[in-house]
Amino acid sequence: MDSFYEWFKILYDDTGINLPFLYDSYDRGRMFDGFLMTIKLSLLCLFFSVIIGMIGAWLQNSPLKWTRRFVGGYIQIFRNTPPLVQLYFFYFAVGALLPKIDNGYGGEMPLLGGFAWAVISLSFFAGAFNVEIFRSGIEAVPKSTVEAAEALGFSRLQIYKDITLPLAFRVMLPALNNNLVNLVKTTTLAYAIAVPEMLYEANQIWSDNVNVTEMMIFMLLAYFFLVGILVWGMNRWERAMKIPGYG
Amino acid sequence: MTTNEEMPMVSIKDVHKSFGDLEVLKGVSMDINRGEVICIIGPSGSGKSTLIRCINALNDIQQGSILVEGQEVNDPNLDKLELRKKVGMVFQQYNLFPHKTALENIMMAPIRVLKQDKKEVEETARALIKKVRLEGKEDNYPGELSGGQQQRVAIARSLAMKPDVILFDEVTAALDPETVNEVLLTIKELAEEGMTCILVTHEMAFAREVADHIYFTDRGVIVEHGPPTTFFDEAKDPRTKEFLSQIL
Ligand SMILES: Nc1ncnc2c1ncn2[C@@H]1O[C@H](COP(=O)(O)OP(=O)(O)OP(=O)(O)O)[C@@H](O)[C@H]1O
Ligand SMILES: [Mg+2]
Repeated sequence: MDSFYEWFKILYDDTGINLPFLYDSYDRGRMFDGFLMTIKLSLLCLFFSVIIGMIGAWLQNSPLKWTRRFVGGYIQIFRNTPPLVQLYFFYFAVGALLPKIDNGYGGEMPLLGGFAWAVISLSFFAGAFNVEIFRSGIEAVPKSTVEAAEALGFSRLQIYKDITLPLAFRVMLPALNNNLVNLVKTTTLAYAIAVPEMLYEANQIWSDNVNVTEMMIFMLLAYFFLVGILVWGMNRWERAMKIPGYG
Repeated sequence: MTTNEEMPMVSIKDVHKSFGDLEVLKGVSMDINRGEVICIIGPSGSGKSTLIRCINALNDIQQGSILVEGQEVNDPNLDKLELRKKVGMVFQQYNLFPHKTALENIMMAPIRVLKQDKKEVEETARALIKKVRLEGKEDNYPGELSGGQQQRVAIARSLAMKPDVILFDEVTAALDPETVNEVLLTIKELAEEGMTCILVTHEMAFAREVADHIYFTDRGVIVEHGPPTTFFDEAKDPRTKEFLSQIL
């Protein structure tokens, strides 16, 4: 392994192609931490945005007018504003309104850090699209199938969980996958509030090494492969969900 | 409420039902006793589906009373779960759950709704599959079954809830002529076992053979009713006669 790393050092000396995140153990650590942070951020946002989509779509079918309006308003706000502005809004505006807590050294620190705000903000951003995606999936479930479950005595929640959602899922998976891929790409915005994810760490490295070109090429490839893996997984999932003789 | 043997199982009295301005049921009454098979026939749009969907509260009614084993359906505080445990329903389009196998379709409601033990439910479900002659199709999805097979799964699914009465809404209307009989045979066997059945059907020969009582509806009212022999051979109302002459 060491000789592998060493090779990139020689590459740099011979050609000027500078990849310090491969031959320098400190930069390697930074890059790896950034990579893990991106994964962590993506997974948490994926998870919460899907939950928001599910609950939002359920609330949109609520008999209460104000519940439906509230969800509608949420979707409008988050769809029609830039995600970066949303992130700043949460981090700087909402964050400033929250109480400060003791940081253990006699000072104060914000209740929620950049990472938490990035998760919240990006989850709500992608969640707004997910609500719409879930709703279109739910609308595609035949009313007659739901009626059959009603006639068997299923409750509204049971029908949603056991019948509507599993069927809606199949219809909406392509749209959902699309949105989730977008979400992973959008996690780079967390850079703007100093969350040490992959792009942020890359920036640190190119500032220290003045190798912007190499780092940019590497970033492009890194996200290409990361998102590629996600797409591959999603496609497999789509195929696994296929019902024999249906659709 | 005690289940009185003398009391009708389903008692429908002066039921009125409108969709907006359109009055579809204009005062319908009928009594169905335990173990009886009744057939409702009538022209398209006369309100047959609407009527039987009122019995299990898929439709609400504006006026009148429907008692199912003493439980009033026209009640804002109706316990729908309690009602639907007693009343099964089979639909024209089968309406199976497409993402569940035949066996799972049958098992789902007893497990989820009645909270019965999975092992026991599976035993019952396999017995029901056998009863509707679908052995070997347990693990097939609805999309892999013919219409007639799907409809028999739907009947088994309804039976798994051990209902006291089953509603059948034109359950053979979407089937190929060859498969109609396999479904009718299943229903006939149920009837012979004493299951209370309320059927909407266009199968006159079947109605004549199986029904204890026939109701003819037109434009939201019951025009004429009686036991099959009287009904088919001695219909009095001109509307009944015209309908029968067209269909027979
Ligand atoms: N959900 C609904 N909203 C509005 N009108 C309805 C609804 N369901 C039924 N109707 C109307 O009520 C009338 C009776 O319909 P219904 O389905 O009960 O007739 P049917 O006797 O079952 O006819 P068919 O033999 O064609 O099934 C029709 O005019 C129909 O258009
Ligand atoms: Mg009908």
